[in-house]
Amino acid sequence: MSKATAQPLSLKLASGAFLAFWCLIAAFPIAWIAVMSVKSPRDAFDASAWNVITGPATRAAGNGLSFLDILLGLIVLYFAIRWAFTKLPRLVEQFSPPGFIVLGWLVGAAVYGLLFVLIFFGALPVIFGALNSIAGPLGTPILGLTTEHYVAVWGENQFYRNFMNSMIVTAGVVTVSLTVGTLAGYGLARSGSNLAFWLLIIALVFRALPHSVLVAGYLPWFINSAEILRPILGDLAPTLYGQPLAIIAVLVAINQPFTIWMLRSFFQNIPAELDEAARVDGCSHFQAFRRVIMPVMWPGVITTGLFSFLLGYNDFLVTALLLDAQNQTMVPAIAGYFNRETTTTDQVEAVAAAVSITAPLFLLVMVFQRQIVSGLTAGAVKG
Amino acid sequence: MKFKTFFWFVAPSVFMMLLFIAAPLISVFIQSFQITQPVMQQIEVETCTPGFLTQTCVTETKTVPVINEETGRTETTTAWVGFQSYQNVLQMDKFWSAIGSGNWGEILQIDFWKALRFTLMFTLVTLPLVIGVGLMIALAVNNAAKSLRGPVIFVSLLPFIITPVIGSLSIYWLFVGDGILTATLERWTGQDIAMFAQAWTIELLMYFYRVWHVAPFAFVIFYAGLQTVNMDTLESAIIDGASRFERLRYVIVPHLMPLIIFIALIHLMDCYRVFDEIIGFRSQAHVISLQWLTFDFLTPDDAGNRAISRAAASAMLTMVGIVILLILPLRRTWRDHKGGAH
Repeated sequence: MSKATAQPLSLKLASGAFLAFWCLIAAFPIAWIAVMSVKSPRDAFDASAWNVITGPATRAAGNGLSFLDILLGLIVLYFAIRWAFTKLPRLVEQFSPPGFIVLGWLVGAAVYGLLFVLIFFGALPVIFGALNSIAGPLGTPILGLTTEHYVAVWGENQFYRNFMNSMIVTAGVVTVSLTVGTLAGYGLARSGSNLAFWLLIIALVFRALPHSVLVAGYLPWFINSAEILRPILGDLAPTLYGQPLAIIAVLVAINQPFTIWMLRSFFQNIPAELDEAARVDGCSHFQAFRRVIMPVMWPGVITTGLFSFLLGYNDFLVTALLLDAQNQTMVPAIAGYFNRETTTTDQVEAVAAAVSITAPLFLLVMVFQRQIVSGLTAGAVKG
Repeated sequence: MKFKTFFWFVAPSVFMMLLFIAAPLISVFIQSFQITQPVMQQIEVETCTPGFLTQTCVTETKTVPVINEETGRTETTTAWVGFQSYQNVLQMDKFWSAIGSGNWGEILQIDFWKALRFTLMFTLVTLPLVIGVGLMIALAVNNAAKSLRGPVIFVSLLPFIITPVIGSLSIYWLFVGDGILTATLERWTGQDIAMFAQAWTIELLMYFYRVWHVAPFAFVIFYAGLQTVNMDTLESAIIDGASRFERLRYVIVPHLMPLIIFIALIHLMDCYRVFDEIIGFRSQAHVISLQWLTFDFLTPDDAGNRAISRAAASAMLTMVGIVILLILPLRRTWRDHKGGAH
């Protein structure tokens, strides 16, 4: 950097301070609900920030961490995270069959998450309990912390059902919309015709449609679908209302415009000479796609898949209106919490449920940060 | 690529969009002119209450829905009602009487106009803020040491990636009742503050939430754009004596202009369907948006009825709005496409 572009100290300081301020604002609400979720109701909604962090009432109720717990816990956490970034990728690559690396990662992440929960919430408290009793002053609790709300949410309130529904819906949305979208995105990227352009413009208009407009169209049909379909399907005719599978179809369609725009811009980055060469060697378009394009398209597909995942996972409007209470996914289920949120215990349970919903997203950003950034920019820079 | 091959590649996707986007639109359009009601019949009911010597019997006519004996459901009829559902949503008579009497404020008592006012204002207020804040973060990150950039991007992505309902809830919990930030504000100002008791404070929080949620998106895109700024142009600007601000104004911002337009377009689409904030902040008593209005019509009321035709009418009106908003940008794209073809 030349002398002319060097910045005065004041500007550097101001820019650094602004950045620190932004990071604080960006992280604070999320970090704060995470802190609230592990305190007793009285501490969680205390007016003093210090009380919320240290949790005197939680500690008084006998739930607390000693200095020793915190120290050892952080050490275990450090090694757990390090292991995830060093050894885990190698294990996944070793054990997943070739071509199924994505599946391998999913299984690996699930197993890792399960182990993590088992060690942290199953094994460590027992060991630490024993250690604290012999550690003297270092073993007395200084920081209030309780997992009772999580236990209540996941156990008593059966949040795992909502979690399973969310997983079914999200997995369905990601697989179907990627399969359908990849084909369309490739076709659109390789065709310069006016028809392709118009399809893209219509897709853009569809992307702008508020989802409530579409749901208003589905609802009467979904509720009455058994009667409408009976002449065709006989007694097998399903009532689509309340079916997670129907939600998958709806969300895939809503997501399609965005998916094909994004995948198209990724396919445009793959040189057309590649499939032309395959065509010269005698492949049909579909063979060229399968043998030449498919092996190199995965970065773009994974990125698009992330955004499909977010759409399926984050959706409130469609799932709240088209699913009934038995089949609800996590996000609309939390609305049920604040409808009956009368006591502060209910409120903190709602907070714990909210943190439970956020945790997978947090992991997602950690693992896929680069893909998310490249996905955000891909649409913009290519136009 | 031949048309036939192209067709088979896009067919599944086009089929899904036709079935689940285009067909519902047509269905909504038709429904908005129809109204489906249960068939009612009047029956005479004799109710007797025990009395002294004789029972006291009262015969009254009641209106009850007809129940189909085979299916056990109430029978319904569907009638064409023209623009009646639109009238129910728009409430033009109240609208004109409010204008006639000069009480402009009364217009905002009507749900639809209230929702429209908020939706448009929300879109227009947050747009410049998102672009401004996004650009500032991008410049600051570009200024920061290389080792800091990764963690900063990680932290910045969190508000963007979080479920919108949960994101707004997390801010709601900071301010609700004697939430931690309300308590801090009260200590500073010495006043009793209730952030969720009046419309304007809720709206402020919603603007804040939306900027918090979307600025990272703008930031990432601007940051990518900043990496491709032409250094030669920047240096010649320095030689010409341009100050730091002038360089930003005349070199960097024009370079980022296509990205600014892109973000504005996406933001326009996303803001127009503002909805999750209303749920997260539980603001339906004070602030509502167009999409929430349709959602509310579609939610079963206490008797279990959904106001489908009114929902359809308000959905159509919402759609007309987004089409109007999009006409300008789309015409631009069309002109670019035609220009590019030559």
